[in-house]
Amino acid sequence: MDRRSFLKGTAAGVALASSAPAVVGSAKPRVVVIGGGAGGATAARYLAKDSKGALDVVLIEPTRTYYTCFFSNLYIGGYRDFASIGHTYGKLASDYGIAVVHDWATGIDRDKKTVALASGTQIGYDRVIVAPGIDFKYETTPGYSAEASGKMPHAWKGGSQTQLLKAQLEAMRPGGTFVMLAPPNPYRCPPGPYERVAMAAHLLSQKNPTAKIIVLDPKEKFSKQGLFQEGWTKYYGDMVEWIPASMYGAIKAINADTMTIETELDTFKADVANVIPGQRAGHIASSAGLTNASGFCPIVPASMQSQMDPNVYVLGDSTIAGDMPKSGYSANSQAKVAAMVVRAELTGSRAFPAKFSNTCWSLVATDDGVKVGAGYEATAEKIASTGGFISKNGESAELRKQTYEESIGWYNGITSDMFG
Amino acid sequence: MQGRVLTKILGCFWLVCSGLSYSGNAEQGAKVFQACQSCHAIGAGADHLVGPHLNNLFGRVAGSLDNFNYSAGLRAAGANGMSWDAEHLDAYIENPIALVRETSMRFAGLASAEDRNNLIAFLRANSVGPSDIPESLPTSIPRDPDVDPQILAITGDPEYGEYLASECMTCHQSDGADRGIPSIVGWPTKQFVIVMHAYKSTARPNPVMQMIAANLADEDIAALAAYFEKQQ
Repeated sequence: MDRRSFLKGTAAGVALASSAPAVVGSAKPRVVVIGGGAGGATAARYLAKDSKGALDVVLIEPTRTYYTCFFSNLYIGGYRDFASIGHTYGKLASDYGIAVVHDWATGIDRDKKTVALASGTQIGYDRVIVAPGIDFKYETTPGYSAEASGKMPHAWKGGSQTQLLKAQLEAMRPGGTFVMLAPPNPYRCPPGPYERVAMAAHLLSQKNPTAKIIVLDPKEKFSKQGLFQEGWTKYYGDMVEWIPASMYGAIKAINADTMTIETELDTFKADVANVIPGQRAGHIASSAGLTNASGFCPIVPASMQSQMDPNVYVLGDSTIAGDMPKSGYSANSQAKVAAMVVRAELTGSRAFPAKFSNTCWSLVATDDGVKVGAGYEATAEKIASTGGFISKNGESAELRKQTYEESIGWYNGITSDMFG
Repeated sequence: MQGRVLTKILGCFWLVCSGLSYSGNAEQGAKVFQACQSCHAIGAGADHLVGPHLNNLFGRVAGSLDNFNYSAGLRAAGANGMSWDAEHLDAYIENPIALVRETSMRFAGLASAEDRNNLIAFLRANSVGPSDIPESLPTSIPRDPDVDPQILAITGDPEYGEYLASECMTCHQSDGADRGIPSIVGWPTKQFVIVMHAYKSTARPNPVMQMIAANLADEDIAALAAYFEKQQ
């Protein structure tokens, strides 16, 4: 099948046929984007917006409402309602003419340049942008599985898992123990586990003040460590105990039925457990041969082009992005570079040097926001930091409040940038 | 010292405007004004920026300065007889669109009555007429450093600016919404360039903006300014 066999429907939707006779479609070059998160949705929107109809843009995303991972901890803490972190794809279809297909991409045939969907449809492409986010390496969490996540949520992808974890925390018995198993590097959203600890502590300190939080961490240090540890103590007293692997040894077994995490040091019995496994690129990236031994996708720093295939671009958490962390902001930043390069390749528009940046805001307590960020440049070897910043311990309450307000502005900005 | 000068000026006002009570502290108001100064200049030599200069604001008919391109809403308010006094300023600063629905002032409003009082006192202190205002007064407001005229003279490439602007739109909204993060659309190019260079030199404090500006060459900043000036 080639791209002509793909039937494009109205702007509001798209009709796909896998067995119908080939129908002459548009002669425009087609870009298929896999994944409608911070990388994929942004790339699709910029391609469609900036090409002004010169490109066919197809966005494949299984969920109809996308719940952002970023700010999901604020939902857990009670600062946001669930609906406020949910976004739909209606504007991308109606305002930008993107063909939004709610289906799973199950494979990429890089020789034929087609993407296979779970429904059986094949979609041809001139360029494909792969932005599937992360999948889990369950071998890092012995005994834990997708099935166990129904009892011990990972809550590391936005949506029902986030709701489950919050419901469990709210229903936890008085004086109960919340155990988090933090992920090993590299993983999505480096400060995320520790912001989550703060948000869980905020929730529990109001409803269940004798509760305990134990963080088992395979790492010896973590993002914004000084800021988080200062905040945990300042706001939540001795509720939070952080235990690195040098103290607990290794994880021996995780048992969702007994709600226990057995380590070389001790067996931790949890009332609520949040197990965040190690991570790798989303499955479709590895099945398409875009990953290396690390489980992530090597890219060309100046363009986000896959090192495996010049017709493929990879964005966000799935990539090996040098000094850039895996974050929604990073994925959004990378998406604009890739969209600019792909558009230049397919329509002859001007190409410009890549610019990358990232900032991660975290909430420690009410009106107490902190941030870390950096700018980046593409060198021959990698996306390299050109310098960064981090909030300081002991900043004024006024500055921390401003930082929190700024994070809300950023959330509104980036979600508009993704979804229109 | 400055406080005493201000108290003197305000004291004169109380004498002149007997019957009206102004409880604001102009010195505190100068600090509140920092939230306004991205768009409004005040004091000796002040000129229009994104918004009109605010010297001699008291008694000014709304939307009435010849060489400033006001919104239709403010011009209409002025045509209907509205002029700036404490009462109107208080309402406008509290919630601009509640008083002038079609204003293009993109400011969410100042909820604190104390801050508004202080700000209004500061605006009054700058309404005496330039000759009565000691030149030292406005220096209590931090000012952006001067930018080399050669840098200001660079003609920006708006198409390049459009690409560079995509980096800004991660946080700043294209529709000018400004909760938590200010609007950057529709700024005059000169002001845009001055502000970005103030971040680049770290004269302005926000570390996110310092980081962004650090990665922008003079031509990049000119390109961004050329692009954003045309956005509404």
